[in-house]
Amino acid sequence: MFDSLTQRLGGVLSSLRSRGKISSADVENTCQEIHQALLEADVALVVVNEFIELIRQRSLDALPTLQSGTNQAQVIFEIINAALIEILGSQARRVRFAKQGPTVVILAGLQGAGKTTLAGKLAKFYKDQGDTPILVASDLQRPNAVTQLQVVGQSIGVPVFAPEPGNGVGNAVAVAQDGVAFARSKQHNMVIVDTAGRLGVDATLMKEAIAIRDAVNPDEILFVVDAMIGQDAVRTAQAFLDGVGFDGVVLTKMDGDARGGAALSIAHITKRPIMFASTGEKVSDFDIFYPERMASRILGMGDVATLAEQAKRAFDPESSAKLESKFASGEDFTLEDFLEQLQAMSKMGSMSKMLGMLPGAASMKKQIDNFDGSELIRTQAIVQSMTKAERQDPKILNGSRRTRIANGAGRAVSEVNSLVERFSQAQKMMKQMRKGGVPQGMPPALAGMGAGMARPSAGKPIQKKKSKSGNPAKRAAQERG
Amino acid sequence: MGLFSKIISKIKGTPDGSSADWSDLEVALIDADLGPELTQQIMSAARSAKADDPHEGILQVLRASLSTKPRTIVRAHQGVTTLLVVGVNGTGKTTSAAKLAGLLSSEDSRVLLAAADTFRAAAVDQLRTWGERLDIDVVHGADSADPASVAFDAAQQANARAMDYLIIDTAGRLHTKNDLMAELGKVKRVVEKVSPVQEVLLVIDATTGQNGLLQAKVFAEAVELTGIIVTKLDGSAKGGIALAIEHSMGIPIKFVGTGESATDIAAFEPDSYLQGLL
Repeated sequence: MFDSLTQRLGGVLSSLRSRGKISSADVENTCQEIHQALLEADVALVVVNEFIELIRQRSLDALPTLQSGTNQAQVIFEIINAALIEILGSQARRVRFAKQGPTVVILAGLQGAGKTTLAGKLAKFYKDQGDTPILVASDLQRPNAVTQLQVVGQSIGVPVFAPEPGNGVGNAVAVAQDGVAFARSKQHNMVIVDTAGRLGVDATLMKEAIAIRDAVNPDEILFVVDAMIGQDAVRTAQAFLDGVGFDGVVLTKMDGDARGGAALSIAHITKRPIMFASTGEKVSDFDIFYPERMASRILGMGDVATLAEQAKRAFDPESSAKLESKFASGEDFTLEDFLEQLQAMSKMGSMSKMLGMLPGAASMKKQIDNFDGSELIRTQAIVQSMTKAERQDPKILNGSRRTRIANGAGRAVSEVNSLVERFSQAQKMMKQMRKGGVPQGMPPALAGMGAGMARPSAGKPIQKKKSKSGNPAKRAAQERG
Repeated sequence: MGLFSKIISKIKGTPDGSSADWSDLEVALIDADLGPELTQQIMSAARSAKADDPHEGILQVLRASLSTKPRTIVRAHQGVTTLLVVGVNGTGKTTSAAKLAGLLSSEDSRVLLAAADTFRAAAVDQLRTWGERLDIDVVHGADSADPASVAFDAAQQANARAMDYLIIDTAGRLHTKNDLMAELGKVKRVVEKVSPVQEVLLVIDATTGQNGLLQAKVFAEAVELTGIIVTKLDGSAKGGIALAIEHSMGIPIKFVGTGESATDIAAFEPDSYLQGLL
């Protein structure tokens, strides 16, 4: 539905390239395209205007210094990217811990931003690092918000201080205050206070938030905001800043496909760092915020860095090393190794989510949506239905063995045949590579999987495809060598 | 420019049709989340339609861009009228389902609620609390029961008890999650084994930006939307994305949510909504 900025700029920039020298009129054109693209990414109009002014000025300043022969379009693109990162905050920051006593964190935001879910994720994040967080249920407004926090706390093994039932009953300020006192007495080093959702324009509820703040003297107030928010981001963020105030921002629902321009608006208007990003329904779907990645996302350039990280996390370094040494020593790549890698791939999360992070993914949206993740599971099922001997040496797979495997995996014999066929081709390719031949096609572990898309390689955590960049300017630069 | 500021400008005698007015209004439309593209369309249509009065010109174009489909709930010819409430996480589905139930039962209809959000922690309890407040029965299953089976049970109960309406609350799901969208399709299909679903209402948070269009598109593919509920219109957000959806997909806005009390829901009134955008 939306052309990514990369696509938009692709058109403008390629016409620039063919012309040699960029004129100030070209800069103007480019600025207009960026203007449109940023609005489509939900960056607030006031911020767009200021941002464009910045880009225009920097680009015009850069014009005279451009040598012929440099990739001028690329220079302009870099200016845009750098300016985005600059606004989004050059340094990701974590919670500042109090020197003494429990560190108190208050979560505030609109209804439905995802505060309660986030409270659990934040607690888990710090618990995993050895801290001893406790959750405090100060959302006494929304029906059963207290129960929800209790369920969340239980699932991650973090205690929940919830003396009041909620549903409109109880004093949120007293709960927060008692919660901090309780944490202190039980030697917890971190208190996360979940508060009710409130509108920026709701003076009464904003006063309550201020009262909670004044009662517990927090080390951090985090403004929790939905990544899908539109132009209102600026008004709401400003209202919270003027009301209860906040020290940092958390973006939620980043697993959607919103471009997340609100991040740029909020960071620019409030000058508060975006600290965390919440990326899914599981409590572990949570990460510190990376400005560079967000810049890429707003520009529609994909999120290779996150992909690489997930790959790194999923691929067990030991098995990778094992595979590499096996490869070097000239041993055969077996179906056993293949299975291990398939399992690592499924650990990386949903295929479509992963592919969506690749540069240029926007243009492949349809293919990605149609990508059938269950293919991976089916292939695994087939390999798992083989005996150890068969996995070591597929050559022994005769007709009756294949029928047995097919029955075991609940697939057709033809599927077993085609897997074995593809695997032996991959094996041949590996041998060729070892002899120093040029590898053709895909990495072996993935060769058996159909659908020709760029995927991370097997042995190394991630292989950046050298051939093409998702950034048209960069790509052009590469193509020209 | 709201109605009030328009009156002020009339009193002050600001000449209409100045380019400053046009650009102010353009900013207002962008600011209301109509999106850059729709804003451009509206601006150029308004300029050619009524160049002397920007405000009125734009209102005319906005009115013309609304869907002509009915904005009331489509009733079943006989038996239970079934409504499915869907949307992404945190838009206010559970609250809207409850408020809608309250609204219908205040009109002397017999309403049954179904808690088919079996995913989010305590969502079932949230709806049950609403049910107690409103004195409306809530059908629910065991913890993390299959949502389709809860909905199926509810449809059967609604039939057996000769209810007028069944309102099914579903779990929030991001439209990017194919498996969850498929699950939603299943909920609807399974309910339709018992009785047809008359309304599938997409709940859109008024603060939502341009991503709302993608949400609507994907939900419509999964469950064929029949209407929109815009929530949180009591905040500073104008909710223009709902108009963008109505305009591009022809799905009428049917209700607006304006607060956390049971009565904070109303039938959509185009005029006040459109005035609010400007």
